[in-house]
Amino acid sequence: MRLKDLAIGIAALAIAAPIAATAASAYELTIPSLVYRTGPYAPSGIPFANGYADYFTLLNERDGGINGAKINVVECETAYNTQQGVECYENTKNQGESGALVYQPLSTGISYQLIPKAEVDQIPIFTMGYGRTSAADGTTFPWIFNPPGTYWDLASGMVNYAAAVEGGLENLSGKTLALVYHNSAYGKEPIRTLESLAEKHGFKLELLPVDHPGQEQKATWLQIRRLRPDWVFMWGWGVMNQVAVKEAASIRFPMDRFIGNWWSGSEQDVLPAGGDANGYLSATFHAPGPDFPLHQEILEKVYGAGKGAGEKERVGEVLYNRGLIAAVWTVEAIRKAMEIKGSNEIKASDVRDGFDALKVDEARLAELGLPNFTYPVELSCAVHSNPGTILIQQWDAGAKKWTVIASGIQPDREVIDPLIAEDAAAYAKEANITPRECNN
Amino acid sequence: MLFFIETVLSGLMAGVMYSLVALGFVLIFKASGIFNFAQGVFCLFAALTFVGIMEKTGVPWPVSFVLTVGVMIALAWAIERFLLSHLVNQEPIILFMATIGLAYFLEGLGDLMWGSDVKPLDIGLPSGASDWMLDTFDIYVEKLEVVAAVVAAALVTGLAVFFQKTRIGRALRAVADDHQAALSVGISLRTIWVIVWSVAGIVALVAGIMWGAKSGVQFSLSLIALKALPVLILGGFTSIPGAIVGGLIIGVGEKVAEIYLGPFVGGAIENWFAYMLALAFLLVRPQGLFGERIIERV
Amino acid sequence: MLYREAGQFKTTYDADQAIFPIAQDRWAVIAFAAIAFLVVPFFVNDYWTNAVLLPLLIYGLAALGLNILVGYCGQISLGTGGFMAVGAFASYKLMTSFPELNIAIVVLLSGGATALVGVMFGLPSLRIKGFYLAVATLAAQFFLVWLFNKFGWFYNYSATGQISVPERTIFGLVVTGPTAAPWVKYLFCLSFLALFGLIAKNVVRGRIGRNWMAIRDMDIAAELIGVRPLQTKLSAFAFSSFYVGMAGSLLFTVYLGAVEVTEVFGINVSFLVLFMVIIGGLGSILGSFLGATFLVLMPIFLKNFMVDGLGLLPVLAKHVEILLMGLLIMGFLIVEPHGLARMWQILKEKFRLWPFPY
Repeated sequence: MRLKDLAIGIAALAIAAPIAATAASAYELTIPSLVYRTGPYAPSGIPFANGYADYFTLLNERDGGINGAKINVVECETAYNTQQGVECYENTKNQGESGALVYQPLSTGISYQLIPKAEVDQIPIFTMGYGRTSAADGTTFPWIFNPPGTYWDLASGMVNYAAAVEGGLENLSGKTLALVYHNSAYGKEPIRTLESLAEKHGFKLELLPVDHPGQEQKATWLQIRRLRPDWVFMWGWGVMNQVAVKEAASIRFPMDRFIGNWWSGSEQDVLPAGGDANGYLSATFHAPGPDFPLHQEILEKVYGAGKGAGEKERVGEVLYNRGLIAAVWTVEAIRKAMEIKGSNEIKASDVRDGFDALKVDEARLAELGLPNFTYPVELSCAVHSNPGTILIQQWDAGAKKWTVIASGIQPDREVIDPLIAEDAAAYAKEANITPRECNN
Repeated sequence: MLFFIETVLSGLMAGVMYSLVALGFVLIFKASGIFNFAQGVFCLFAALTFVGIMEKTGVPWPVSFVLTVGVMIALAWAIERFLLSHLVNQEPIILFMATIGLAYFLEGLGDLMWGSDVKPLDIGLPSGASDWMLDTFDIYVEKLEVVAAVVAAALVTGLAVFFQKTRIGRALRAVADDHQAALSVGISLRTIWVIVWSVAGIVALVAGIMWGAKSGVQFSLSLIALKALPVLILGGFTSIPGAIVGGLIIGVGEKVAEIYLGPFVGGAIENWFAYMLALAFLLVRPQGLFGERIIERV
Repeated sequence: MLYREAGQFKTTYDADQAIFPIAQDRWAVIAFAAIAFLVVPFFVNDYWTNAVLLPLLIYGLAALGLNILVGYCGQISLGTGGFMAVGAFASYKLMTSFPELNIAIVVLLSGGATALVGVMFGLPSLRIKGFYLAVATLAAQFFLVWLFNKFGWFYNYSATGQISVPERTIFGLVVTGPTAAPWVKYLFCLSFLALFGLIAKNVVRGRIGRNWMAIRDMDIAAELIGVRPLQTKLSAFAFSSFYVGMAGSLLFTVYLGAVEVTEVFGINVSFLVLFMVIIGGLGSILGSFLGATFLVLMPIFLKNFMVDGLGLLPVLAKHVEILLMGLLIMGFLIVEPHGLARMWQILKEKFRLWPFPY
């Protein structure tokens, strides 16, 4: 009996597998959203996915989509797992009339997976502030976009912040900087940049890897206690962040000298540590909090109508805002694509052109309801990441709020650009790519 | 020197935390010969329930604790009734697989019931370094871990008394020694199993709270089982003192290795070092330090 | 009626020792292979290949390898993920160091390299047994992953430690890299699985296989009748690791194309492959495939059924999927603790007698 059930199940699978969405009357834009609302990284994945979804819902509710074309967001659960990410990608890429327009893989592993595939399938990949750093070189990676900054911009920006606090770059010499990092491709990203910077400015770099998942970091923090570094940078993810913040407080490391990168600075990372986390710093590229006109509009038109993806109270969390800005940039690129093509029946390759010409300045941000939310982004055929400017925010455990304490911190282009060129060239050689010509 | 003492102390403390998780494995293996893969998920599920009840109803934590204990007992009963009673006398690996199914089930259930967000666990457990130790000796000791050590000590003492002095405890030991013989003198295997799984559930709850206080209650909590496995083989699957001593050895070993050996090979060696250490011990004593001697007959 | 062996007389020893002594079995296998090789390639698209068939074939190969060790030789191993990583990184190094080497040879050599590593980590099995051994093999898992993550030589000093596969062809057809056609990838993996499935089937019937089983059933008794535990156990480790290494190599080169060792070859892979072996049936070649089929297809089926069929939210569907997987595993074990292969056997018995069960 049960074998028969199984057989029926497999037969049903054959029928159910790649179901195409039913054709709607008006042109519909398919935007897959690879999310992870389950698994070890779910706490970070949920707010991002909510912010991403809510913005599209708002556009559908308020304007009936983008220039009249409805947006169909197809969520697919990856659990932060590469193989499930591949399944999601293959499952969604041909869905709907437009096909998948753009992917936001939201995981270093899945990004690396999709980079070569995107080229062949001609679908742009928007790895916002993560993924492969050298994708900033648009000549080698025509289909990958990583504005508003790469991990190397970020690392350099964090060093520049530290320098500013110390009173200038020259004061970094002789200082010690410890990097506590997730022992994976993601965590290893900043090492090369920090090594170059250490050489340039004469500070000492200590590398302290933490294995996944990172619940036990005693040894790491004992070493920090012994080394007594002047600054600790963290490239953490998931449970590692919460534990690190707690351990840092335990060894009484001064919290204002401990900076997390932009994936180590959300509410979820500091709340479990309670009052201990007070004063913890993290880098970011957009403002925290729900005090923007766009948020109010979302609360009113999306949550008011009961169509919100998450809980109302959590609108405006750091990662929610990040999902939101990801959606905003995506939509701006789509608008641009429609403008270039002169029609709203765009395909993925048009969206690529849209990203190539993406320009969101302060005036446009204000128009969208996000005044002073982030820095202006302007991409071109050759430049796929820009501007790389970061903010530093600090956690106030009493008010349970992030506050921005420093802004407009620029990365050291002199160090990063050659590194990017070198890595892109290495990739081009390995993958046998001839970089495309860019006219501008 | 001072730093070495500090390292060893931290190792001992971390070891106690591992032991807490390992204890649950040992209890079940001792009484039923089942390698309970779901023990890690037990910790997660128990902690989730504990925090979830507090969040939803706003009751103080002791009430929630008692309620969660109730849930774990009900769970133990259900496991015995619906799973184990159907698998009596199967090979160990089949029972192991069944607990894997159980792990999946509980993971999905926990997610469905309480969501996958991080839940801060704040029941007034102390945190941070002990000021007194830090100021007087300049040695860093984490307060939470001292509490964990005390709790673990109390737990082990309690279990020891329970096993040695009570009727049920004696029955448990009889079952552990020989299922058949225990059955023939009128001990109900099923009752014993329910009791053992309940106790393991409660131990999981305690472990879950201790670890959850560090990181908040979230999915990753189920992965702490991986930290307990080397402890388990080092101490022996069947020995409660083994779990404690094994935990201490692993804790100290991995911390010392990470700090004094790690920098030469690039760090993050803790994980495999714990297993290598356990492996080294096993080569000398294949049944673990305190395990029952394996006697092989043809 | 249809499945009846009465009247099939064997007149030679060869016929008696055939792999599939029953004609119907023989025909079924041939028909199945013919469909898999000749029909399926015409119908596969990107989705079917990349999301369903390739993982199925590759995990089938890995499960087959592990089943040799666990099911036939009785040595439980949780180092599968680590051994697969050895295969993947061996192929990467071979492909980048010797660009002219044929991809099929690369896969075989990677298997060979893994076999060597497997033997090394198999040594403790001479002294440690049962679950103690299982946990001890985790040392291999963690150590190997750490090794490939830590030393730049293994990933040619790339910035992050990710490895990406270069493009390779076989018979002029691109088989690795993003431009490879789905049917080429499918056939490439299928050929490996079919060939090595056949080899495994023969090996376990032969002297080596019998030695393994003797050790599994009782190693002391086996030793007494002259089976040498050292050679036998280590050969099982070597054989098993060879298969697992090839699976790892295919996973990297053909299926994923870019891997990060900590994520793709983590401890969960070791567990997954072990689950396949146990659910499929210990000590059964067919069981390895059935187990892989179940654990690869079931989640995808449940997901598609719940998301597209019932219209559940993806996240809810995922939670229910995990829960249902757990229930299914427990349910199967209660109904038939010896795995899917045993169920298949019972079904065959029924067919044999059908329609006159008595």
